[in-house]
Amino acid sequence: MNSSVIIFPGSNCDRDMDVALKKFGFKNKMVWHDDNKLPKSDLIVLPGGFSYGDYLRCGSIAGKSKIIQSVIDFANSGGLVLGICNGFQILTETGLLKGVLQQNKNIEFICKNIFVKINNNKNKFFENINKDVLELHIAHNEGNYFCTEDELKSLEDNNQIAAYYCNSDGEIDEKSNPNGAIKNIAGIFNEKKNILGMMPHPERMIDQSLSGEDGSIFFENLLKNLK
Amino acid sequence: MEVNEKIAVDHGLKPDEYKKICDLLKRVPNLTELGIFSAMWNEHCSYKSSRLHLKKLNTKGKKVIQGPGENAGVIDIGDDDAIVFKIESHNHPSFIEPYQGAATGVGGIMRDVFTMGARPIANLNSIHFGSTQHKKTKNLLRGVVKGIGGYGNCIGVPTIAGQTCFDQSYNGNILVNAMTLGLVNKNKIFYSKAAGINKPVIYVGSKTGRDGIHGASMASAIFDDKIEEKKPTVQVGDPFTEKLLLEACLELMSDKSIIAIQDMGAAGLTSSSIEMASKGNLGIELHLDKVPCREEKMSPYEIMLSESQERMLIVLENGKEDSAKKIFDKWNLDFAVIGKTTNTKNIELYFEKEKVANVPIKFLADEAPMYDRPWKKTKLPQKIKFTNNDFKKLKLNEVIKKMLSSSNICSKQWIWEQYDHTVMGDTIQKPGGDAGVVRIHGTRKAVASSVDSSAAYCYAHPLTGGKQVVCESWRNLVSVGAEPVAITNCLNFGNPEKKENMGEFVECIDGINEASKYLNFPVVSGNVSFYNETKDKGIKPTPTIGGVGLIKDYKDLMTMRFKSKENLVLVIGKTEGNLDQSIFANIILDEKKGPPPEINLFNEKNNGETILKIIQEKLALSVHDVSLGGIMIGALKMCIAGSKGIKFYKFKNLTNIYQYFFSEDQGRYIIEVEKNNLKKVESILKKNSVHFDLLGETTDKEIIINDEPTFTVDKVTEFYKGWLYKYMS
Repeated sequence: MNSSVIIFPGSNCDRDMDVALKKFGFKNKMVWHDDNKLPKSDLIVLPGGFSYGDYLRCGSIAGKSKIIQSVIDFANSGGLVLGICNGFQILTETGLLKGVLQQNKNIEFICKNIFVKINNNKNKFFENINKDVLELHIAHNEGNYFCTEDELKSLEDNNQIAAYYCNSDGEIDEKSNPNGAIKNIAGIFNEKKNILGMMPHPERMIDQSLSGEDGSIFFENLLKNLK
Repeated sequence: MEVNEKIAVDHGLKPDEYKKICDLLKRVPNLTELGIFSAMWNEHCSYKSSRLHLKKLNTKGKKVIQGPGENAGVIDIGDDDAIVFKIESHNHPSFIEPYQGAATGVGGIMRDVFTMGARPIANLNSIHFGSTQHKKTKNLLRGVVKGIGGYGNCIGVPTIAGQTCFDQSYNGNILVNAMTLGLVNKNKIFYSKAAGINKPVIYVGSKTGRDGIHGASMASAIFDDKIEEKKPTVQVGDPFTEKLLLEACLELMSDKSIIAIQDMGAAGLTSSSIEMASKGNLGIELHLDKVPCREEKMSPYEIMLSESQERMLIVLENGKEDSAKKIFDKWNLDFAVIGKTTNTKNIELYFEKEKVANVPIKFLADEAPMYDRPWKKTKLPQKIKFTNNDFKKLKLNEVIKKMLSSSNICSKQWIWEQYDHTVMGDTIQKPGGDAGVVRIHGTRKAVASSVDSSAAYCYAHPLTGGKQVVCESWRNLVSVGAEPVAITNCLNFGNPEKKENMGEFVECIDGINEASKYLNFPVVSGNVSFYNETKDKGIKPTPTIGGVGLIKDYKDLMTMRFKSKENLVLVIGKTEGNLDQSIFANIILDEKKGPPPEINLFNEKNNGETILKIIQEKLALSVHDVSLGGIMIGALKMCIAGSKGIKFYKFKNLTNIYQYFFSEDQGRYIIEVEKNNLKKVESILKKNSVHFDLLGETTDKEIIINDEPTFTVDKVTEFYKGWLYKYMS
């Protein structure tokens, strides 16, 4: 499977994502933001970081960068797009995903392990993962997801909520919400579920020597689903 | 403006220093030249009070590739890999403007490291604040932590370890020391020594503004009531530009176009250009109207003294200008040829075709003042005689609670959760352990690093304190299974013009040196910060040591968390029961006098090496060094980290349980061992003549003292982790 990771000026999880994709068998290419064309890919990844310094608003300038129109075209034609952290913020800025990511409720950057309850029903990203709860890692200052009531209703009705912050038993409670996100939302899909944006970083959890290994489950499964 | 003695004094120069300048030049300098002299001759750049003593430091070792004198030190970690590292202070700016002060401190030290061609792989920091009761402390802490995080997180370099202290001596002068480790191929290290004549001098990075003019002079002055007026001299950081600068510099460094490179740190364009020329024994000619400026009508004086951040000066090979410019264009950074190297051995500055300065470089560098300042020796204080009466009213469980939730012992999770400590995907020991550990990407190797200071000990007896900090660093590295390799030091002291403060400096250095030699733990880089005083009140002497060690196979990483129940817990090293200068004496008995615990370097080395042997033989399940709060706090931290309990066996030898549990005798470790491995461990210890005591055994959850369940691990975790969150909320 071919994947591409887009590098914006200020991206800083691009290498980590490259390492993770290759570890699990993707043929990955790095793509510079100023390029016009995407290489032939089965998956496009917008990595974490501080694209364009997160000036104006997180992800807003990246959402207008040269390469982004090709990403939008790719997504609209059904291609698989994954945005992690800053990548998620960029996807909301392009309009490919609904809602916005506001500053964390406690107005502090948070870096720690969290649990998410995943939606493994009818989507290429999580389908066939036979675990409901994954332990992943977050590192962000603006991960507090928010959307209008109408948007929330349509996300729920259409099964578009991809992951909720929860405790280790899978209970979605206030205490497990690290950043104040509405309904504990950690990640969402678009309507067709070929685009996933989420705050947690699976690429930081791919080795038992690191913070954990549940990220490996995500990548192994994703590759299987794409084959 | 005509320069005179008064203007020189306003620039921080002493009247006799001004006279020396006039004598050297055989004329009165113009204002730009005076500004340059004042920047180069201040304490921060010239090390005029410290140079004499720094020369004594032990800086050599088999693994040292580069000692002090460059942008950072470099050590060999095998297979052509080298680690570049250094620690630096940003104390004064952080007190005035905590966010920007701390942020630019982190930015500055990272630039020092990538200037040498190394990609930063880990950040650490040591921060000291005033009393937790002081009205400014909370805001300063919040601002500094946000600043450190704001910069490091954005660049994408993990912050893997740190240290936080509270003491009233920092009420008016906090300390912010930032450290960075970078990885470089040892055959591709870049230095700041210029070579060759008529080579283009290139300016890259951010544009120059009026921020930070005279920052280095501020760092060399004492604070008074008007410090708020100094706000404009604090630099403003832009981590995004630094990230671009990092990538662009590393890209340019992949070919052979750079002759010398130097970041513009303290005293900006002045010190960077002069240092490169001075090291190469060359002259340099700069055309200041070619410097990219972001403010209008900047004068040559302002351009030379601005401390705008995220800028570099490069001496390039001839003919490489275009290819280099392409790289900086790609990263959207300014690139300007602003001058050339010359054979005049002078710095010559031009502005709009007019010559605005012409000074022999040796006057600025070699002729800078060097002082042998008078200093006073500190006598070893009398030992305090504690009697059983002192302990009569104490209740052990209350003491434990108070100790665990005291500001200098409690968990600093509130702080390090705000730092990205996992980006780059190689952090295998995150903050909260004895040392942070990152893997060398793509290899089996890992480097461990720790920052330590012990101001209370250094204040009581600087010579012992200096030794102790080095030993503490050594122990922290040993505890994670790393072989200690080298250190960097950040020497934070009061006013060197006062005999007492100067004495503290001299004797701390002697202590550091003695331990560093004995442990073969050389100093490869560092920084001195004097004048840490406000309104005549100096800080406690605070040398901060950043240690670096190597783990050959990262799978052999050792941690401090208890692994399972019913294992034996041993204390390695002898417990004498000294309470003087311990946290226990300080906060429980309110006794602040007495000598610090004695350092026995033979035991220190022997115990540490024996622990490493036990780890290598895979006989230890967990290891933690005994430091603040003694055996009790050390053991409880291991319980908390592993979510296990401990049953303490009845202790023997010492008369008093408090002396046994809370003394801070040095050179000790606590280790967890499987019962059926005890014989093997005992035989290694005996063979090496290392003293040990059986402390107890691990339990599922209960903390059992004197056969009575006293707490559960959950309860002590609450004491330990809760305090700082409550304080900051």
